[in-house]
Amino acid sequence: MNVQAGPDIAALEAIKANYSLTPEQRQIVDHVDRVAREILHPLQGKMDAEEWWPDDLFRQMGEIGLLGITAPEELGGSGQNEFTQALVSETISKWNPAVGLSHGAHDNLCLNNILRNGSEEQVQKYVPGLCSGKLVGALGLTEPGAGSDALGSMATRAVRDGNDYVINGSKIYITNGPIADVILVYAKTDKSKGAKGISAFIVETDNPGFKVAQKLDKMGFRGSPTGELVFEDCRVPASAMIGVENSGVSVVMSGLDLERAMVASICVGMAERALELALDYAKIREQFGRPISSFQMVQSKLAEIYIEVETARAFGYRALAACVGLPKGAGGRGEIHKLTAAACLYAGEAFNKAVTEACHIHGGSGYMQDTEINRLFRANKLLEIGAGTSEVRKIIIAEELLRV
Amino acid sequence: MSQQLRNAPGLPTYFLSDEQQALADQASRFFFSEFHHLNAEMDDTDDLSPSVFPKLGEMGYLGLNVSPEYGGAGLDFTSACVITEELSRASAAIGLSHVAHDNLCVNNIYRNANEDLRRKYLPGLCDGSLIGALGLTEPGAGSDALGSMRTTARKDGDQYVLNGSKIYITNGPIADIVLVYAKTSPEKGAKGISAFIVETDTPGFKVAQKLNKMGFRGSPTGELVFEDCRVPAANMVGRLDGGVAVTMSGLDLERAIVCFNAVGIARRALEISIDYAKTRQQFGKPIANFQMVQSMLAEMYTEIEAARSLSLRTAAMCEGLEEGQGGRGEIHKLTAAAIFKAAAATSFVLDRAVQIHGGSGYMRDTEVNRLYRTGRVLEVGAGTQEVRKLIISGELLKN
Repeated sequence: MNVQAGPDIAALEAIKANYSLTPEQRQIVDHVDRVAREILHPLQGKMDAEEWWPDDLFRQMGEIGLLGITAPEELGGSGQNEFTQALVSETISKWNPAVGLSHGAHDNLCLNNILRNGSEEQVQKYVPGLCSGKLVGALGLTEPGAGSDALGSMATRAVRDGNDYVINGSKIYITNGPIADVILVYAKTDKSKGAKGISAFIVETDNPGFKVAQKLDKMGFRGSPTGELVFEDCRVPASAMIGVENSGVSVVMSGLDLERAMVASICVGMAERALELALDYAKIREQFGRPISSFQMVQSKLAEIYIEVETARAFGYRALAACVGLPKGAGGRGEIHKLTAAACLYAGEAFNKAVTEACHIHGGSGYMQDTEINRLFRANKLLEIGAGTSEVRKIIIAEELLRV
Repeated sequence: MSQQLRNAPGLPTYFLSDEQQALADQASRFFFSEFHHLNAEMDDTDDLSPSVFPKLGEMGYLGLNVSPEYGGAGLDFTSACVITEELSRASAAIGLSHVAHDNLCVNNIYRNANEDLRRKYLPGLCDGSLIGALGLTEPGAGSDALGSMRTTARKDGDQYVLNGSKIYITNGPIADIVLVYAKTSPEKGAKGISAFIVETDTPGFKVAQKLNKMGFRGSPTGELVFEDCRVPAANMVGRLDGGVAVTMSGLDLERAIVCFNAVGIARRALEISIDYAKTRQQFGKPIANFQMVQSMLAEMYTEIEAARSLSLRTAAMCEGLEEGQGGRGEIHKLTAAAIFKAAAATSFVLDRAVQIHGGSGYMRDTEVNRLYRTGRVLEVGAGTQEVRKLIISGELLKN
């Protein structure tokens, strides 16, 4: 009788590999970790104090290979998948959350969206510049009256006029808005169809009908420029439309699933940094004649931060893995929609808990604006709001759970 | 969870392989048809039907990680974990008795015992004719299990004479084989502990009492007493005074697999909560239509998937863990974190599940109430949440 043997070493290694980064991903993360620590970390103080974005930073990021992570190499990108893009995002955010946010808006929300949904011509026209950092990208969805109900309440409209579309309306809280060269904008092309009457356009910001109404003054992520954008009879050629007319909803929804998985990674990077800072501080800070890390109440907090970081990471990676290779137009519904919403919900709240405890461990010093832990603390909340509030994420999950 | 998500081959996927998923699906069908209907009576009587272990053995669900050479299923650790998850989903109490037998006792013997002991005990433990248990906790030794251990084993010729008692021992009242830790060199503290296989028909062994638990009823728990209980020296597992390595690496695996007992219970609670929310009508519509109920369901799902993601990753990292490895470093920290998260998530989910069930969830004979009473101990057994945090912070603060 042929006795079935137990699993051999190779089979067990394969299971481990299934839940580990590939050697290539490891290498990329190590590279990004080094350059982000050396180049981006020292920029934090001034960026935060002055809401300052260094003029040449996108070009510099292009030079060191941080842009166009998902773009093919022949267009100047790195030819990686979205999982690896998220790892890059996580690592940049760890060393400079503001740069991480701007990078994510550029590389994922704008560039990757054009790559996934744009025509060959659009890809050729914009992607190389976005990869080199010559062009800065942004995405415009949220409006003053359209937050959680982004699609239903959208008031920006695009009316066909000959070979052009004429866009009117405004967009708010747009990351990179004040410095962007290229903005992916959603507008209603058929008002009667509600969410099904939305289209996506690529708008170049030197268009005479485009204007940055104001640069906004944020609590955290300072330095990453956020703006209100106004479109006044902004005329774009019909060829600027992404996909076909009224197909915006599938672009936005499938993009949002991926965006949520990426937001989870930003949270993980920042939470990991909060843990490092808290550990360093707890070991050095002495009270009652010994390091505060020797007290169980501090140890308990450190352990809980670690648990949040590792849980959010495992969950985030699982959601990302599910996003990779998602066919065009897939997403925005079903298992992936639920899983990415949940991973993002979890990571946002995990970062909140982690950074709150880490800041607490820093005592009075953590309350001072110019400390790294305080900057991280102020970065909190945004990621429970942006890319769908925690409540929107829960509505998505509940809808999927209750679907028969 | 029903529909499989995965990504391109050759990349990390964070999802079960097709084979693992097929095993889980098959196990789920079998456990629900064979065991789910036993839950109510088990809860009432606190007895385990004698047919359960032989049935598990017959279907190949005992000795999950043991090589087929000894009658085991020869599965990878992750597969054992997902089978545990499905069993707990169908019957939390059987899931507990199973993990005490299969992981704590059988897998520990398989990993640490010599060839003679393996040949002698594993086949019976794998076919279900022998039931196993593990005895570590004592009346005076809970979180400080090793330091405060008072059970002793004194060498006398080619025997060891055991004296002391063990408490809260899952399967204790029905076990044929108990893997017992005792101090062989009390002066050496934790480094003076050895592990023994004790057959429960040995004179001097006695079940002092079967304990009356709040939850997991049907999985028998007992206090065991050893009074000049003579065990052949050959029944020592591992080397003399080497018990700490056996117990610590065993505990890492125990924590990793018990995550799945927790997740299985939590998943079941979510399933029945969804069903209830859809059918229960108030104010003229199903309560599932109200956002406050939706919020609870979404949070339950999120906690479960978060815990499950970390648990799966942790199980994978336990694959191929060598004998005596573990009990320190990355894997020690990760397993402690995973069980902390799984237990906390399960407590949260069970609390919300009862909330959604309203008054009916407070009634003892409902499935959700059984699950609710069950969950609490997951934050206590296999190291309390506090011990888990001590492990994590100990590792974080090293150097």
